Amino acid sequence: MTRLVGQAAAPGLALGRVVEWPAAGGAAVHEAAPPRTLPEALEQAAAQLRELRERTDSAEARAILEFQVEFLGDPALLEPALPLLQQGSDPAAVWCAAIDAQIADFEASDDDYFRHRVGDLRDMRARVLAVLAGQAAAEVELPADAIVVADDIAPSRFLATRWGPRQAVVLRGGSPTAHVALLARSRALPMVVALGTAPIPPGSTAIVDGGAGTVELAPDPQALVRFEQRRDALEQGRRAAERNAAGPARTRGGERVQVLLNVSDATELEGVDPALCDGIGLVRTELMFAEGPPDEATQLAAYGRLLHWAGGRQVVVRTLDAGGDKPVPGWSMPHEANPFLGTRGLRLSLRQAEGFKVQLRALLRAAAGGDGLRILLPMVTDAAEVAAVRALVAACADELRGAGLAHRLPPLGVMVEVPAAALALDRLGPIDFASIGSNDLLQYTMAAARDDPRVSPLADAAHPGFERLLGLVVQGAAAAGIPLSLCGDLAAQPAQVPRLLAAGLRSLSMPAAAVGAVKQAIAGWPAAPHEPPAGAG
Amino acid sequence: MQAEGTVLLLHAAGLHARPAVTLTKTAKTFRAKVQVAADPAGPWIDAKSVVRVMGMKTPARTLLHLRAEGDDAQAAVDALVRLVNDDFQGGPE
Repeated sequence: MTRLVGQAAAPGLALGRVVEWPAAGGAAVHEAAPPRTLPEALEQAAAQLRELRERTDSAEARAILEFQVEFLGDPALLEPALPLLQQGSDPAAVWCAAIDAQIADFEASDDDYFRHRVGDLRDMRARVLAVLAGQAAAEVELPADAIVVADDIAPSRFLATRWGPRQAVVLRGGSPTAHVALLARSRALPMVVALGTAPIPPGSTAIVDGGAGTVELAPDPQALVRFEQRRDALEQGRRAAERNAAGPARTRGGERVQVLLNVSDATELEGVDPALCDGIGLVRTELMFAEGPPDEATQLAAYGRLLHWAGGRQVVVRTLDAGGDKPVPGWSMPHEANPFLGTRGLRLSLRQAEGFKVQLRALLRAAAGGDGLRILLPMVTDAAEVAAVRALVAACADELRGAGLAHRLPPLGVMVEVPAAALALDRLGPIDFASIGSNDLLQYTMAAARDDPRVSPLADAAHPGFERLLGLVVQGAAAAGIPLSLCGDLAAQPAQVPRLLAAGLRSLSMPAAAVGAVKQAIAGWPAAPHEPPAGAG
Repeated sequence: MQAEGTVLLLHAAGLHARPAVTLTKTAKTFRAKVQVAADPAGPWIDAKSVVRVMGMKTPARTLLHLRAEGDDAQAAVDALVRLVNDDFQGGPE
């Protein structure tokens, strides 16, 4: 058995036989005479693409084809080759000169998005040359269990192919952000890219794992058993998640539970259906700060993208939660004796007031551009900290007003992760909402680090002390009229969900991948349908 | 009649394939000559040519400058500013 590792481009598992992707330019000849001029050929190629677009039901695929149609119809495309055209050169030569100039221009770009459009340009190049040569764009016929191997696949040829549920694609080149990878994801066709030049003999048996980015050639019996088990598990999980992921989450008794997403960056939401959730319950901003604090415009743009995705529903942005296990260059305190009990989260932001104000200004400006934005403060311990933030927010609003920049004061909330704050939520001054950070609240309550295997078994949410504290937070928030959510790892664990619902929580925030399984756990709660939900009163 | 405007491009991938198509198709719905630039000093690019707009290779977070000339110049600039602000939703099909 040979195991090859490339890059994951589209998740999914497939077992089949290797087939080399046939080269472009089929033998089939047009019934009509081939076009004589290049503009005629471009019009014919565009017509083929329009026809392909009509037959395509994916919005992404249509957008890709639309781009090619518009490109071919733009007179500016032929401009670099106008002298050749006027000399009466062969249409194919004129076309190559024009499109190759574009390809060279995009290949030289240092921006991935633009460099990867070269695949579309090569696609157009081949199509127009085929039209000029009088060749029809032949549809590709593949065996039902084909593992298609190619250097790269042109998006329009990918779209002209009827893909089956047992097939997969392996590219020696390509990239996970290329159009063809996007198309594979939208069709749930497993795809591995950038595999390099290792030999993959046609006819050999192969297992493709598009999620891991691996290809196993001539798999041994153990690998085949592993494949069967993983495929069944994936299938079961997919079915369960599909049943539950779409639509709002409800308990067995029909009670609505708010399901929110945890994200770090808008790119995580590509391909995520907004209908999956009720909004974004936690935006971690640490990733944005990974290489030092970003400027206001960069942050504004990042928050704007998330608000756009959420479409008016809530987007809870946590201000920088650096320190502890998440140092940020140029921001966090060096050499703390005990970083988890040191200057982290809001404590650190208040010491870096100028940098903190950059983030607050970006948040205030983002709030003006879209409904739903909320500011969440990490590691809040004391009312004085919340008051200090309010003063900074007011100062930022003054500055923005002075600069004539649109802004709005969004709701301000606190993370509940320090036990003292958990016990005195009503004494933190006026706050608009709260979110339990269960990871830190658990380790601070149990005095046991989750990442130390010798003590991590103690950090157990089933401990009566933690359960009691959780109940007190829920009651305290309800008594003070503070909307409450929970955004730690506990919310992403289906086995923990009944405990959280029983404590009275009705809003949970989790990674998108956990939503299906968590909604299923919510739908199954409480386990005994004739008993009233424990602790929900 | 002349009109000008600026708008911050927030689209994550910059002015790449789909945004460029939507922008040029919107520009083409106006009679005015419409131009776009990443720098007010130029080069000014024909906003109705997808080849040229893509050729700008504008990354995200660029301040786009727009100018138009013609009887519906103001409407053209307003429509393009709105389109970029709305992250290229709601352009012509």
